[in-house]
Amino acid sequence: MTPFRINPAVWFVAPALALIAVFFFLPVLAALLLSFTDFDIYALGDVGLLRWVGLDNYRRLLVDPLFHTALRNTGYFVAVGGPLSVAVSLGMALLLNHGLVRGKGVFRALLFLPVVTALVAVAVVWRYLYHPRHGFLNYALGWFGIAPIDWLGDPAYAMPALILMAVWKNFGFNMIVFIAGLQSIPRRLYEAAMLDGAGPWRQFLHITLPMLAPTFLFVTIITLIGYCQLFAEPYVMTQGGPADSTLSVALLMFQEGFRWWNLGYAAAVAFVLFLIILLGTVGQAWLRRGDSSTTFPNE
Amino acid sequence: MGIATFFRRYRSAPGFAALLACLALAGCGDGSGPVRLQFWAMGGEGEAVRQLLPEFERLNPGLRVEVQQIPWSAAHEKLLTAYAGEAMPDVFQLGNTWIPEFVALRAIDALDAGRVPEAIRARADYFAGLLATNEIDGRLYALPWYVDTRLLFYRKDILAQAGFSEPPRTWREWSDAMARIKTLPGGERYALLLPMNEWQVPAILGLQVGAGLLRGGGRFGDFQSPAFRRAFDFYLDLFRRGYAPALAEAQIANLYQEFARGYFAMYITGPWNIGEFRRRLPEAMQDQWATAPLPAPDGEYPGLSLAGGASLALAQSSAHKAEAARLIEFLSAPERQVAFHRLTGDLPTRRSAWDAPELAGSDKAQAFKAQLERVAATPKLPEWERIASKLAHYAEKAVRGELSPDAALAGLDAEVDRILEKRRWLLDRERSAR
Repeated sequence: MTPFRINPAVWFVAPALALIAVFFFLPVLAALLLSFTDFDIYALGDVGLLRWVGLDNYRRLLVDPLFHTALRNTGYFVAVGGPLSVAVSLGMALLLNHGLVRGKGVFRALLFLPVVTALVAVAVVWRYLYHPRHGFLNYALGWFGIAPIDWLGDPAYAMPALILMAVWKNFGFNMIVFIAGLQSIPRRLYEAAMLDGAGPWRQFLHITLPMLAPTFLFVTIITLIGYCQLFAEPYVMTQGGPADSTLSVALLMFQEGFRWWNLGYAAAVAFVLFLIILLGTVGQAWLRRGDSSTTFPNE
Repeated sequence: MGIATFFRRYRSAPGFAALLACLALAGCGDGSGPVRLQFWAMGGEGEAVRQLLPEFERLNPGLRVEVQQIPWSAAHEKLLTAYAGEAMPDVFQLGNTWIPEFVALRAIDALDAGRVPEAIRARADYFAGLLATNEIDGRLYALPWYVDTRLLFYRKDILAQAGFSEPPRTWREWSDAMARIKTLPGGERYALLLPMNEWQVPAILGLQVGAGLLRGGGRFGDFQSPAFRRAFDFYLDLFRRGYAPALAEAQIANLYQEFARGYFAMYITGPWNIGEFRRRLPEAMQDQWATAPLPAPDGEYPGLSLAGGASLALAQSSAHKAEAARLIEFLSAPERQVAFHRLTGDLPTRRSAWDAPELAGSDKAQAFKAQLERVAATPKLPEWERIASKLAHYAEKAVRGELSPDAALAGLDAEVDRILEKRRWLLDRERSAR
């Protein structure tokens, strides 16, 4: 009988695993436990006042109108902002990848610029653009005889305003990924298609789109995850207002946790958000399961 | 951008600075170096108070004060976060409605027991209503630093144009004046600026008509009571009749400019705006604005206002409590309160400071003194800040017409009852333990 021996590889991975355990699994576990308690300001002062409430936080979430509002707002942002962002970045990538465009590098850098700009700085400028009486946007609408809109103050327009800003700010990242995807399509496919008499539209439909499918999946999943975590835009622009029309799930979590110090409840919100994102991501992958080329671009 | 990225990017910088400061402190902590007191103050006060500190440092050669200025909008979060992270400053400014919360947290240390002897001796010198907001269960937890009661700032010329030579004294007169102002020529204009995201005005109107806001010793919300309902209707009418624009504070880019242009003629705000109005309104406008105590619902003028203000508190965790108490005592002295008034326009909390000529001779300040005789405190419990934000929330829903007044108040009470659940449990537990 051979003595029990640990695979030597374990020793090589152990430090990394330990780090992951300490800095990832342990906090997640602690947060999960927290979500079953009513950890709040009293418990912060005296741990003896902590109560184990089981699933109460989750039950309360289900009926909390504020959570429903937050969920609806986040859903709105993802459903409208997500596709818009992907469409704009694809369009820009196609434009920039076209043979006729000069100075591609310059344009790429310019269009990528919003991505690397600090959001707080962007927010200051956009707040001026959106100003109901002195903002440029309403001034421009005035040229077409459209009455001024109170972009950030009107509950009906606040979310579209944030979406517009978020799409402008974020499309550059996806655009770069799309450009990389476009450039990995072999030229010979287009040459063959041209010999067969396919026009630009047919080339796009039958070569570009299918070849971009893996990139597309990657971009949509990354965008979905990022947009589900909507936080900074409403935090700096509207604080969730007016009338909660821009309150996102992540912002609600932040307010419950760090404004009111209901950490138990905030942890429950965090786990529900995590589940939603997980379901969304799995659902996306499942929708594309028939696609033989469903792999990430680098795989 | 997600929450994690956001904080990595924007919160790490001050944290890193704090870490460096700790290292620096540890380096010079042993022996000869001066004691460094961390002092957090909000907004304009944080900036202005620096000018008083050289004198303190001269009087106390072994002490250095490091002021950190934090914005009001983030102050509550930041103080709580600092408490949870055990990174509290030694002395900090605290809105006096937050005191019960920080006492419940055991984040602040009581000031009685001879810690600030001179200021404690001068107890009678403080406005009683203000000092009361700093006392919980008979112990004094902080000292009122400056007054933040709200009253009416108004344009004399516009009010005169509307046919009123005196500021309104009753709700009826007030409504009449606003209706008249609304009909004056000169483009889009409003009678009153009333930022919707502020809970103070609905609360003040409620207190004015004798609403308790909470019932059962702070166990339940009491916003559906007939008294509060009456105040709430009056508040909603201000928007319904178009006297006040349905705006949040953030939407007014430069309210001083708008006030100077006559976009609105009245504004319920606090003393800090005396300084701001003097500084930011054009020279020609300086004779045209004035302050007045709030109108009363019925005869008894002036109507109640909030015993608001900011206090100076001592952190439980401070390693230099004796030195920190010296700083509180220094800033509380009448002559420093007057000096602070000169810098900020904030009004002193001690009667003797009001003898200073610039206060005794200023109509604008005297209106506050009159108001200070009629102030009331909001309920003293840790959950108040949250209840107040819910009040603002439901008031905004009603102003926007998303909820009927009845539905808004019922929703508010339900929400407040939920917020107070833990408090009821605590109180019941204490009662059964007795």
